[in-house]
Amino acid sequence: MADANTTPYVGRAMKRIEDPRLITGAGTYTDDLRLSGMVHAAILRSPHAHARIKKIDTAAARAIPGVVAVLTGADVNASCGFVPCAASMPDLKAPKHTVLAGDRVYFVGHAVAVAIASDPYVARDAIDAIDVDYDPLPVVANAEDAVKSGSPLTHPDLGTNVAYTHNVSGGGNIDEAFRKADRIVKHRLYHQRLTPMPIEPRGVVASYHAGEGALTLWTSTQIPHLIRTLLPGMIGVPENKMRIVAPEVGGGFGAKLNVYAEEALISHLAMRLHTPVKWIESRRDNASATIHGRDQIGEYEVAVKNDGTILGLKSKTIADLGSYLQLLTPAVPTLTGLVLTGCYKIPAVKMEIVGVYTHKMATDAYRGAGRPEATYLIERLMDVIAQELKIDRLELRLKHFPAPGDFPFPTSCGLVYDSGNYAAALTKAKQLANWDQLLKDRAAARAAGKLSGIGVSTYVEICAMGPSKAMPAGGWEWGCVRMEISAKVTVITGVSPHGQGQETTFAQIVADRIGVPIEDVVVMHGDTAVAHYGRDTYGSRGTAVGGTAIVMCIDKILTKAKILAAHLFETTVDHVVFEKGTFTSPGVTNRVITWPELAGEFYVAKNLPADLEPGLEASSFFEPQNFTFPFGTHIAVVDVDRDTGQVTITKYVAVDDCGPQINPLIVEGQVQGGIAHSIGQVLFEQTIYDEDGQLVTGEFMDYAIPRAHDIPDYILGSTVTPSPVNPLGVKGVGEAGTIGATPAIANAVMDALEPLGITHMNLPLTPEKVWQAIKSKN
Amino acid sequence: MYPANFDYVRPSTVEEAVRLLAKHGDDAKLLAGGHSLIPAMKLRLARPKVVVDIGRIAHLSYIREAGGAIAIGAMTTHADVQASKTLRDKSPLLAETASHIGDVQVRNKGTIGGSLVHADPAADYPASILALDAEIDVVGPRGTRTIKAVDFFVDLLQTAVAADEIVTEIRVPATAKTVAYVKTEQKASGFALAGAAVVIGPNGVRVGITGVAAKAYRAAGVEKALAGQKLTPDLIARASAQASAGVDPLGDIHASPSFRAHLAQVNTRRALEQAVRRS
Repeated sequence: MADANTTPYVGRAMKRIEDPRLITGAGTYTDDLRLSGMVHAAILRSPHAHARIKKIDTAAARAIPGVVAVLTGADVNASCGFVPCAASMPDLKAPKHTVLAGDRVYFVGHAVAVAIASDPYVARDAIDAIDVDYDPLPVVANAEDAVKSGSPLTHPDLGTNVAYTHNVSGGGNIDEAFRKADRIVKHRLYHQRLTPMPIEPRGVVASYHAGEGALTLWTSTQIPHLIRTLLPGMIGVPENKMRIVAPEVGGGFGAKLNVYAEEALISHLAMRLHTPVKWIESRRDNASATIHGRDQIGEYEVAVKNDGTILGLKSKTIADLGSYLQLLTPAVPTLTGLVLTGCYKIPAVKMEIVGVYTHKMATDAYRGAGRPEATYLIERLMDVIAQELKIDRLELRLKHFPAPGDFPFPTSCGLVYDSGNYAAALTKAKQLANWDQLLKDRAAARAAGKLSGIGVSTYVEICAMGPSKAMPAGGWEWGCVRMEISAKVTVITGVSPHGQGQETTFAQIVADRIGVPIEDVVVMHGDTAVAHYGRDTYGSRGTAVGGTAIVMCIDKILTKAKILAAHLFETTVDHVVFEKGTFTSPGVTNRVITWPELAGEFYVAKNLPADLEPGLEASSFFEPQNFTFPFGTHIAVVDVDRDTGQVTITKYVAVDDCGPQINPLIVEGQVQGGIAHSIGQVLFEQTIYDEDGQLVTGEFMDYAIPRAHDIPDYILGSTVTPSPVNPLGVKGVGEAGTIGATPAIANAVMDALEPLGITHMNLPLTPEKVWQAIKSKN
Repeated sequence: MYPANFDYVRPSTVEEAVRLLAKHGDDAKLLAGGHSLIPAMKLRLARPKVVVDIGRIAHLSYIREAGGAIAIGAMTTHADVQASKTLRDKSPLLAETASHIGDVQVRNKGTIGGSLVHADPAADYPASILALDAEIDVVGPRGTRTIKAVDFFVDLLQTAVAADEIVTEIRVPATAKTVAYVKTEQKASGFALAGAAVVIGPNGVRVGITGVAAKAYRAAGVEKALAGQKLTPDLIARASAQASAGVDPLGDIHASPSFRAHLAQVNTRRALEQAVRRS
């Protein structure tokens, strides 16, 4: 029992409650499910980026012993609806997205047919035996080519490759800003396509109870509730007869923030075949048919005065959407537009975003979703401006920070930043990095002929998504807290953590506020039969939005508990004192009531006031009034090997402000993982399609992700600026690392190469690219 | 990732394995550590009808001194090669090379014989096997024969080992400490974009290069330029420029032919410098 001598759980760097089962292999992932009579599906995917399907012959596949069925689009599409896109924008041109291809395929990996068999080996044999006669068609695999006249069309029936044009403009008069400028700084940046590569690929198990007309779907997803909202419209099972379960999910990073064709298809197959069906994605399928991230090309112009004052920012961005719209595909580039000005006072902005179709897998939300793109470009631009004007890059940044007193700070992009002290984070990062010494070390290294660079990024991002008015399908969150008759506490949340650690952080919050040992708290999630409502986990929303719903439940429970305590004390509620799990009434009685007694009274219910309901449970919906805006400063120091182009990160400092930290260990883990993602993006990760639309990076043999020996020892710090948006004051930290780190590392490499006169390179900064750049200057 | 159907047999002696290979011919594949064969089977790039698992054949995993050489059983894992005190004391290049292979899990399962006979053009061992002028014993229906390292690698994924033969032993000479393996890794796979192994001995310098061409090769131009000379930094730099002379470098998304050729030169120079420092 928590008592006066114990420190609160909140704020402690506690190990995660969920980890022992995961580390010992005792977790249950989708592929661990074994249902009676379960059959296995395998999906045949297109080897062509664009082709007409002339004929599909499934006879040989169907003849294989153990094969239950082999079905094509003609068999299933009419029963599976269309894969949904939740983003609505004016004049959006969208292709109909069926679960299997119709008469054409539009990307390598496009699902063409499905085989169902008694075991997964036979199912795989069956898809090998399907004979598809393709007539290859012209391919466009490059977004800049796609907008040129005469380009092949991704979807000829749409008549254009442009899905939409999104214009952002705000603040003052942009034309006037450019007229008043002493100088226009121009830059072109490419944010390469990335493959999220969660260690657990996607997987689905569907089971249909024909008698009840009820479907249960286990799926490796971040969004069981959103699937329960959207899947009924696809397969015709009503929401209240549909249960969606997200078991352990082995990594999402946004790639599992989606409704995928397979979720509808496998559900339909379970209904059609009257038996449970399992489908587990292979790594190659994951690389080709699970969403990709980023892939934006932007041209930027900044209007500046000679003293460095930034007057305005213009940009034109082409976003490569791939061939279809997944759940949020067209919306992700618009997030870039929302935070284009970064953490700076930039009085006027104008941005045009053109979403373009190509014969590739869809892009969608990937860790940071739009904000890493914005942060990379504004932070590169700040360095380029500083370099062109010969101004100190930190001074340039400081000059444009809103002051702490400027918050809530309205930006030219239309957001209102909740709270911030950007200079404090920068100052702390400089201290942790020993900035002055870094400059001396760099000077010494350069004098010795070495290529040494220091990179800085000061970032702000959008978290705690979000106010429902800004979200496609509600941005609230739901929670429920129940004290059981045994005084154990059950917490149910509508967020769906898959690595974020809310089984621990929510238990910390509840244990403190209710005054019970954390061991007595269980946090349940990820099953719509248990967590009836929810908007799930993405956009760094879990604790800020979901945690607040839990706090609201606790408040209701304590209010109700005090009523019963007052009744038992034979006094009024205002004479009841609740502290650390005990109820007293000083001056009225010496009696002390603890939770086991009170919980018992609530459920035995023989001694309740007439107007008090039995039971001690409360649920709440929390509707946030704004996003939250975490921020920070990252500093990277690199050495570049002149001979091999190899970049080595020799020091990495990150100061992140996500508000008060419920669990600093989890915060640190999130920041570490986020920086690792950036190391991959800056130095070696890229999804490559060749000009024929063939995916070249379909395996870990060719798609490089960071490994342990790529990760330097991080020096991590924080500042704490509470958010006024929620009672916990928390902001969110799931994506901050990768938003802050990409520009810091890229800027460091460019700083190292600056003495050679190299001013720009596209990511990733692979050894060969760096070597070529160095060679070109020799 | 489900392989096609196959039969599985597990001989307990080399002789039995040879008989099985003779019986099944091209339908059979030997399974050693499985780190090349199993991924290929899961991707259905390899579809052997019979997998002959030689993992339980006794006495194929050892490292021992034999005359002036060190003999290594073909089924010895990379981890055992890496950790071998005998190798570290008497012929340290192979142990150093093994430490660059894959990760801990790969090194715990993958075998030296399996790696060599697979002949991946970017594998690490071939550079060192060449630089050490090793000998490889193979057993087949015609008995045992010994293949010199320089004759072992024939082309991309092809060796002098016949389809009905099994590698049983690798012998490397004892060397001084003046050896080194320097590698630039392909970031995704961990294989070598270019790896250079050098042995500086009383009778000259030998240099093996992997990752650059369709097969690993001896950098004859480098060896010739260094022969009988004092290894000054200038000479090393000049000689290393010959590291990719006369070869046809590979190119792919990870490195162009010219970058591979360049890395061969840089890594040869660095390996030579390293080996000299160890004297």
